[in-house]
Amino acid sequence: MPAPTPALAVRGLRKAYADVVAVEALDLEVRAGECFGLLGPNGAGKTTTIEICEGLLAPDAGVVEVFGMQWARDGNSLRSRLGIQLQETQLSEKLTVEETVRLFRSFYPAGRTVDEVIGLVQLDEKRKARVGTLSGGQKQRLAVACALVGDPDLLFLDEPTTGLDPQSRRQLWDIIDAFRNEGGTTVLTTHYMDEAERLCDRVAIVDHGRVISLGTPRELIASLGAGHVVEFGVDGSQDIDERTLLSLAGVKSARRSGGRWALQVGAAHETIPLLLAELTERALPLTELSTHSPTLEDVFVTLTGRSLRDDV
Amino acid sequence: MTSDRMVDRATRPKNTAGNTPAIVQLTLSRFREFYREPEAVFWVFIFPILLAAGLGIAFRNRPAEASHIAVVSSAANNAVVDSLKTAPNVTVDVLDDTAATAALRTGRVALVVIPRADGGVEYRFDEARPESRTARLIVDRAVQHAGGQQDPVRTTDTRVSERGSRYIDFVVPGLLGMNLMGSGIWGIGFAIVDARKKKLLKRLISTPMSRAQYLASFLIFRLSLLVIEVATLIGFGTLVFGVPLRGSFIQLVAICVLSSLAFGGMGLLVASRARTVEGASGLMNLVMMPMWVFSGVFFSSGNFPKVAQPFIQALPLTAVNDALRANMLQGASWNVVGHEIAIIATWLVVCFTLALRLFRWR
Repeated sequence: MPAPTPALAVRGLRKAYADVVAVEALDLEVRAGECFGLLGPNGAGKTTTIEICEGLLAPDAGVVEVFGMQWARDGNSLRSRLGIQLQETQLSEKLTVEETVRLFRSFYPAGRTVDEVIGLVQLDEKRKARVGTLSGGQKQRLAVACALVGDPDLLFLDEPTTGLDPQSRRQLWDIIDAFRNEGGTTVLTTHYMDEAERLCDRVAIVDHGRVISLGTPRELIASLGAGHVVEFGVDGSQDIDERTLLSLAGVKSARRSGGRWALQVGAAHETIPLLLAELTERALPLTELSTHSPTLEDVFVTLTGRSLRDDV
Repeated sequence: MTSDRMVDRATRPKNTAGNTPAIVQLTLSRFREFYREPEAVFWVFIFPILLAAGLGIAFRNRPAEASHIAVVSSAANNAVVDSLKTAPNVTVDVLDDTAATAALRTGRVALVVIPRADGGVEYRFDEARPESRTARLIVDRAVQHAGGQQDPVRTTDTRVSERGSRYIDFVVPGLLGMNLMGSGIWGIGFAIVDARKKKLLKRLISTPMSRAQYLASFLIFRLSLLVIEVATLIGFGTLVFGVPLRGSFIQLVAICVLSSLAFGGMGLLVASRARTVEGASGLMNLVMMPMWVFSGVFFSSGNFPKVAQPFIQALPLTAVNDALRANMLQGASWNVVGHEIAIIATWLVVCFTLALRLFRWR
């Protein structure tokens, strides 16, 4: 049996603006039915990549195939199979929620009913409200409704939850989950690790226009080989150096940022007593100590030496 | 597992019911965006009527106004004052020399009459002021008649005031032309640049929406508003001021539709690249300013020097105003307005061709 056609295949993608290279030799393959995350800091090239995949930008080099079709040849039939939410779209403020969804529905030859989509994004109570009166979370759900109304096979979401409150984020996550459970394919960009871990079957970590790591969130975290991350701070922490920390049993890496040390360790309960003993010996007072399971954030930090949140 | 789900998805029935055509939804959006913006409604419908009303009142045809003159008081003035008091359309103030000079300078009187001791009369006035020249003629005539002059030729006056030659008759077609230009260029240009700035254009072209239908929705919207705009302004001019409608109705409709489309094309051209509303506003004013000044909205474009006429006649608004006046005031035949219609049609074709070539959706 031949391998099923991927929902999205990108090979050797390159895009430069004036003097900045936004995307450089980028490869991706998104399987039908999965939720795929492009994770990276702002300016990593996520939006450029996703807009090339959406047919909105032409790449300088490389191939993009959506359901085995290419934009130059099959643009029109592709557009009716995609649902798209762009990062910065402002829908017309004078129209109501219902009018906006109905307008977008009219562009598609087939799709969901207006009522169904409004129900899906839980905007029933706001259906007669002008777009201008909606909150940020409601506007974002409306944007997703407009992306879903054509009953797409592939949904592109560019930073769908950026700037939203926690409750609105969870509502959007539920909508994306529901779409995935129906067999739809989702490609989303985000710089929130928790979002990628929560939603995505697979994640590509993107930095400086390249994919620097690819896998399921679990695989990526496991690749660190660390059971726990121990974070601590001390008064006058200059007094302890990286070499000392790495010499403690079980410490795989040590990194200092913002006055705190983060140690990736095999097992927290083995390393913490050694760390405390070391600090006591040096008469360094501990100001804080915490431990967590490794996250995609730790993966990103390990790969790039920078924090995802640094420039957010 | 995932591929099974995909197969289900591809073969599942597609719902095509309950959909209205995109062109209908797009055009409805245009109307909603318009009438939910009260300022726009004011500028398009109310403002031209207020302007026409104001101008109609300011320039209404009044009965001949009396000339205000001053007579400088002196021993010899009684005979002169008496002769002027019987003259028609003259009001006389008897003032001393200083007061009379001041009144002339401030424009309160048009003419100062100074009786001389030798029985002669001196007129003091500014020749550049038409009302002063008129006053001098009236006063001199009264003074000469009082002095015994006889008219060698008997004359009779028949007074007429013809509809179609008054200022309000001139200005209503001009306002209509200006309104067609303003709403065509603003109405289309502003909305498109705004949609581009808000990345809405980009969002729309990521759907299977027909781009031609999107642009067509603006034209349908413009032409629908046109009916209301033209009807209000012409209705107001006709009912309140009796502005004539002498030409063929079909010709008037054709001129309005063609003009509206030509200005819509200009709006589209102005909006084809601009990324900010501010930039587009500047561009629109740049395009419209010469036409406000030169195209004969408030006064005849013939007032400008001959060398400028080829340029002025080539402006679309000049052609529109000339065609509207020829239709409404003279009831001109198609031959007469053919030249103007050709100019408007050329602008329409050139603007649309360029606009569609240059247009940026992102």
